[in-house]
Amino acid sequence: MAARLLSVVMLLAIWIVAAHFSDPRRLPGPEAVIAAMEKAASTGELFYAMGITLARVAAAFTLAMALGSAVGYAMGRRETFNRLVDPWIVVMLNLPALVIIVLLYIWVGLNEVAAISAVALNKLPNATVTIREGARTLDANLDEMARVFAFSPLKRFQHVVLPQLAPYVAAATRSGLSLVWKIVLVVELLGRPNGVGFEINVAFQLFDVALLLAYALPFTAIMLMIEAFVLQPFERHVARWRPRSA
Amino acid sequence: MSPAGVPGPLDVRVARKRLVNASGQTIEILANIAFRLGPGEVGALIGPSGCGKSTLLRIIAGLDARFEGSVERPPGAVAMVFQEPRLLPWRSVEANIRLVAPGLGKDALDALLASLGLESHRAHFPGELSLGLARRAAIARAFAIDSSLLLLDEPFSSLDGPLALAIQRELAALVAARPLTTLLVTHDIDEAIRLADRIWILSPRPARILDEIALASPRSARTEAAAQSLKARIETLQATLTGRACETGEAGDVQRRR
Repeated sequence: MAARLLSVVMLLAIWIVAAHFSDPRRLPGPEAVIAAMEKAASTGELFYAMGITLARVAAAFTLAMALGSAVGYAMGRRETFNRLVDPWIVVMLNLPALVIIVLLYIWVGLNEVAAISAVALNKLPNATVTIREGARTLDANLDEMARVFAFSPLKRFQHVVLPQLAPYVAAATRSGLSLVWKIVLVVELLGRPNGVGFEINVAFQLFDVALLLAYALPFTAIMLMIEAFVLQPFERHVARWRPRSA
Repeated sequence: MSPAGVPGPLDVRVARKRLVNASGQTIEILANIAFRLGPGEVGALIGPSGCGKSTLLRIIAGLDARFEGSVERPPGAVAMVFQEPRLLPWRSVEANIRLVAPGLGKDALDALLASLGLESHRAHFPGELSLGLARRAAIARAFAIDSSLLLLDEPFSSLDGPLALAIQRELAALVAARPLTTLLVTHDIDEAIRLADRIWILSPRPARILDEIALASPRSARTEAAAQSLKARIETLQATLTGRACETGEAGDVQRRR
């Protein structure tokens, strides 16, 4: 913990020193960024942009995880389905994010549906592959136990399947969230009239690095907080039955 | 819940069961196994390890439908104690039991846990238990439901002597108190004689039934002397069998596969 704190303090120190020796337009110091942040916050624009972007992250992430989990589970359980769908997944995994975004904007139009679908499609193959690995490692012995004791499908899913998939869901969630929020900014920059990505584009046009950081840093902080206070506790919760090595 | 008070018979006819092993060879596991266990009776299958006892039990449990023949189970729920505990590692001992028996009352659960020496472990996860304790929890789970058929696959191995005896007494009491048809797989002759009404001796692979022994009923009418002579009879039968198997090379075959 102390090492982490020291690391953050050092990063801050490097920023201050570097800002001191460089052109303030290229690299403004922390106080200039905080001033820009205060200005954006006082008009409400900062919170509006972050709210819009977070909503897009949530929508795209939920869509990708739900669809990816269903497809990945089916692929892990049914080998014929896996062979049928696997080439598509490989293509999607290797298609650059930008290509998917541009194609969807052209085909669907410059609208919210295209934006969220584009982000979800970028995350989808990643979630699918992770959940597929989880579905492949399901314990056949426990499945037999559930069959002998006549568990209902719901009970089997909740108490036998889901706890085994939980570590894979947690892994897909963590890697997925960091991927999704980066791609959301690109999608906003290319074709949306609002959100953090749009504001960063404005700052780019104005060559205003302080404004750019004023939007980028708080948003990054929020994503880090979600990681630390939502995702990590969730991972600890689903792994609580594992004997810990003290 | 099963229709309580109406025990049913177990009728097993397995003409043949084959498996393809890892190197692609077809192995015949079971050949011409037919037996009937009357309603409320306790049956025991005794055989050398690796002879296909567990395969037979999986067929009877309805877990394996790829065999030639038929199995008629008594109507109602099936409870099973597997060779390994097969508890859900992410649920506590109590939750594991409650999951299979949601209707079990608090007093009944307390009594069940106490009878198996599990009172202080009800909140533990299976990973925190010794193998012996986990086996007991698996036995508690099977005892918790109102089943009409109870299947036990070597349930008392890795439990120490006095404890195994105590749990066998629990099992005998349970079976006597409920309309329950029970089939036990074991390689322990004493255990079979103590618990069963009917014993079948299986041959090495492919398993066939060599002999059926009906024990005196009720259990209290059995004498120590009768048990001893019965044990001697089974041991002689198994000894001649192993001798014969060695001559034809079958025993070596079985050992290689294990």
